[in-house]
Amino acid sequence: MTLTVTDLAIARGGLALLERLNFVLEPGKALILRGPNGIGKTTLLRTLAGLQAPLAGQIQGAEDRIAYAAHADGLKPTLTVAENLSFWMSVFGTHSIQPALDRYDLNELADRQAGNLSAGQKRRAGLARLLVTGRPIWMLDEPTVSLDRNAVTMFAEAVEDHLKYGGSALIATHIDLGLEAKVLDISSNKVKPRPIEDFDGAFL
Amino acid sequence: MIALLLRDLKLAFRAGGGFGLGLAFFLIVTVLVPFSVGPQSSLLSIIAPGVLWLGALLACLLSLDRLLALDWEDGSLDLLATAPLPLEAVVAVKSLAHWLTTGLPLVLVAPLLGVMLNLPETGFTWLVVSLLIGTPALSVIGTFGAAITVGLKRGGLLLSLLVLPLYVPTLIFGAEVARRGATGTELETPLLLLAGITTATIALLPFASAAVLKINLR
Repeated sequence: MTLTVTDLAIARGGLALLERLNFVLEPGKALILRGPNGIGKTTLLRTLAGLQAPLAGQIQGAEDRIAYAAHADGLKPTLTVAENLSFWMSVFGTHSIQPALDRYDLNELADRQAGNLSAGQKRRAGLARLLVTGRPIWMLDEPTVSLDRNAVTMFAEAVEDHLKYGGSALIATHIDLGLEAKVLDISSNKVKPRPIEDFDGAFL
Repeated sequence: MIALLLRDLKLAFRAGGGFGLGLAFFLIVTVLVPFSVGPQSSLLSIIAPGVLWLGALLACLLSLDRLLALDWEDGSLDLLATAPLPLEAVVAVKSLAHWLTTGLPLVLVAPLLGVMLNLPETGFTWLVVSLLIGTPALSVIGTFGAAITVGLKRGGLLLSLLVLPLYVPTLIFGAEVARRGATGTELETPLLLLAGITTATIALLPFASAAVLKINLR
């Protein structure tokens, strides 16, 4: 159940970004991902989620166990919050959206179209999707953007609960969530940008 | 998979979902043709199968750029790619949803528009049959084009340029079936070729679309 990353090197748009990444994410633990803008936090999360292939190195224990939350919430504006979440529930084969609605205080918004929500409310619905997936490892990319202080607390509690039940989370964030978590600073893993000869080959 | 299909259908029928766009276009084109070529019914009945097929094809093309682009923009394509569904199934379901909301309505209204173009009586059955067999290929090929151009800003033009040449065989054999049906001649060969194209694209292209999509998402 542990996510192990060994000697990982990643690239974005044909440029190598990070190399020699080594870390372990154990069940019940969270890791906070830190590093300056543009260093490759999003790329790292996307690579771990399986959306792009690494240049080198191994990722073990990620297969079909990661729930990824990106900058975009993945909500359909013309569907209601409940319909959006129910869709992901069916896709991931879980059974109820009620715990997710309760956790993020979305019950009153459940029948509103997602397009009519405020940015923070959309983000809450987007984060609620993580609970609906039922997956043990969360990959979160700036999850607290546009959340107010209350909602950040809600989110931190959701993460704590998730960890308590044996889940784990890798969170790229710059604010203090009040979680007991190790910080993974990737500034020192930066590679000097150089073009890669055979990028498609590396992908295939 | 069924959930994805239902969601796509629901999205298409909700406000701003684009259902009816292709249908309206098809209607406009076929209504305007008699004005542009003149009202001689003998001429119209000759060109009717070709005009109806061309109209249906262009109407299909019209809604392709929304097929994957919307999901890409709001991030749900990334999320679908990390979901337990294989990407091949995702694109296949997307093609099916596109056909149900665009292709099938075109097939259903085509006989009605055939009346306006003075399509000979014998031609109606074969027009519907040819469209019914041919339009699924248009949706599947279109999904492939949409997968190639997903993520490009204003990729609509490129999408049309890529997809139109691939539509040509379907157009040739589809219109030929409808034409021969209207004139009451032997039509087995084009019908079999049309069916062959459709089944081959349905069997192969979802895999190609998924492979292309994986590269585009990285």
